[in-house]
Amino acid sequence: MNHALLEVDHLVTEFDTDEGRVRAVDDISFVAREGETLGIVGESGCGKSVTALSIMRLLPQPMGQVVGGQVLFNGNNLAQCSLQEMEKIRGAEISMVFQEPMTALNPVHTIGKQLTEVLLLHKSISVQQAIKESVAMLDRVGIPSPDIRMTEYPHQLSGGMRQRVVIAIALACKPSLLIADEPTTALDVTIQAQILELIKELQTEMGMSVILITHDLGVIAEVCQQVVVMYAGKVAEKGSVFDLFDNPQHPYTRGLLESIPRLDSIPKSKLNTIEGMVPGLLDLPAGCRFANRCPIVDEQCKISPPLIDHVSESHQVSCFRWQKS
Amino acid sequence: MSRPILEVEDLKMHFPVKDGIFLRTSKFNKAVDGVSLKIQPGETLGLVGESGCGKSTLGRCISRLYNPTSGSIRFDGQEISKLGSKKLKPIRQDIQMIFQDPMESLNARHTVGDILEEPFVVQKIGDSAYRKQRVRALLDIVGLPARSTTRYPFEFSGGQRQRIGIARSIALNPRLIICDEPVSALDVSIQSQILNLLIELQQEFSLSYLFIAHDLAVVKHISDRMAIMYLGKIVESGVSDEIYRHAQHPYTQSLISAIPIPDPHNKSDRQIITGDVPSPIDPPSGCAFHPRCPKAQDICKNQAPLLIDRVNTTSTACHLILEPPSI
Repeated sequence: MNHALLEVDHLVTEFDTDEGRVRAVDDISFVAREGETLGIVGESGCGKSVTALSIMRLLPQPMGQVVGGQVLFNGNNLAQCSLQEMEKIRGAEISMVFQEPMTALNPVHTIGKQLTEVLLLHKSISVQQAIKESVAMLDRVGIPSPDIRMTEYPHQLSGGMRQRVVIAIALACKPSLLIADEPTTALDVTIQAQILELIKELQTEMGMSVILITHDLGVIAEVCQQVVVMYAGKVAEKGSVFDLFDNPQHPYTRGLLESIPRLDSIPKSKLNTIEGMVPGLLDLPAGCRFANRCPIVDEQCKISPPLIDHVSESHQVSCFRWQKS
Repeated sequence: MSRPILEVEDLKMHFPVKDGIFLRTSKFNKAVDGVSLKIQPGETLGLVGESGCGKSTLGRCISRLYNPTSGSIRFDGQEISKLGSKKLKPIRQDIQMIFQDPMESLNARHTVGDILEEPFVVQKIGDSAYRKQRVRALLDIVGLPARSTTRYPFEFSGGQRQRIGIARSIALNPRLIICDEPVSALDVSIQSQILNLLIELQQEFSLSYLFIAHDLAVVKHISDRMAIMYLGKIVESGVSDEIYRHAQHPYTQSLISAIPIPDPHNKSDRQIITGDVPSPIDPPSGCAFHPRCPKAQDICKNQAPLLIDRVNTTSTACHLILEPPSI
């Protein structure tokens, strides 16, 4: 097994809202290993993006705070780093790609300016050298006539091309970890396939690790080796992609897998559903957070939250009744 | 075969593009450029394509939210493409729409009761007591509690809001519902609830659907037949299962191949098409797909292919299919 690059250990993140303090991420732990792709999957509001922002220390201030746990990156606890240290890590060691490339790029600066900025900030190189490297990077991510594109503005590019630019900026300094938060959700399937392929290629080329956040189980199966399933701020299940897809143990993971329409399913057949909906973060149940939607719920589930249980060495589940299902 | 509920022939919707200081119309955005399709009573026709291919515009032309440039739309035998708003009013009862984002398509300042009552008020159906009773019945059909009537759309989750949108669309017992990306904004566990609801409603009220979506797996699940659109034209259509198993058009093939399969053991090679969808203002010559097509020949650059019926009930618009046309 590869060496651990990033260890998230009992991370707790809270937000101050008008209605009170909410715990968006509640005691989650996982490890991203060198050269591997870790997928975080879950529905809207489950805390997957907040997890990424907590790692990067990009939580909206002053509302969002990491109140517990640690984020170990190369032995450094990022949760305790000073902002100066963090600025040296962001963009150089850990980079991030966001869902909507139009909002991630600055509309009033050229592509060239935004791309050279990150190189000039983190590397001691001349402007000429930075321009040269930027053109090479744009070329690498598959942007035709990169030297012309350098002088253009984000609105002049298509959605897929913009996401390529964002990836070029993120990878310009060859980081060891890329966090991609729904990088293909806003794109069409044919463009999604292109972008996923590009990320895969660059990952092999640079030997970096990727944390891929998505709601799409198809994307997870396609590119990830390790998977974390999140539900209402907690880890429901985690393991290798084969553990999760071949042998899902948490009733939520099973429900998710059964509720997606597949290309080979019988047309107009009834899809399995997970009844009800995710509890609000302001009125979380005392017991298991999935209890109100769970098909195998029991009295015990409503009283106290389940602990992490080992299915195998690589596979963990947070459910009282997984052995009975 | 019975008479189709909807017959669209050579429909075109060209939007003028204003340009220059005097805002002269110099070009046209050919969002829908010669589309023909049929929907039988009780049938679902799925319409798939990437953003900007004109699928939503086509839906809006059929529901006559747009005035199409040319072509014909026959609803239950009656030509409706040129009707004025007065003559359209009774037709509007029969053709309804469900939109992608219920937060935008439901009036945030009205209670759910008002929203669901409005169709009856507009069409002057029944008295107040009757309408109230119908509203409660509608909420029950879509699985929402009767007390929802006094609440506002923001008090509901995305899935529940889509149920309100569906309740409104079936209020007047329509015969055809245009569903424009009804589940794209929803989480997977909610998406399956809404798809099940749409399938149940179709069986109960013998509805016909035109189901527009970009997710091929969803469309294939809910549709009897499907049509694939690219740059304002239908490139392939036929029975859903047949298209999925034996797609003929290179665009359909790459669309199917691009879908990520939720199975880590699946290691089939993807055929990834390069490039972006070109602009419908200045579409490529010949077959609009030729700049991205892995099999493009010279003929594809010069001559636009026609949508031809093939032997396996599928129609395909491609020069390179050797299969003979059916007679």
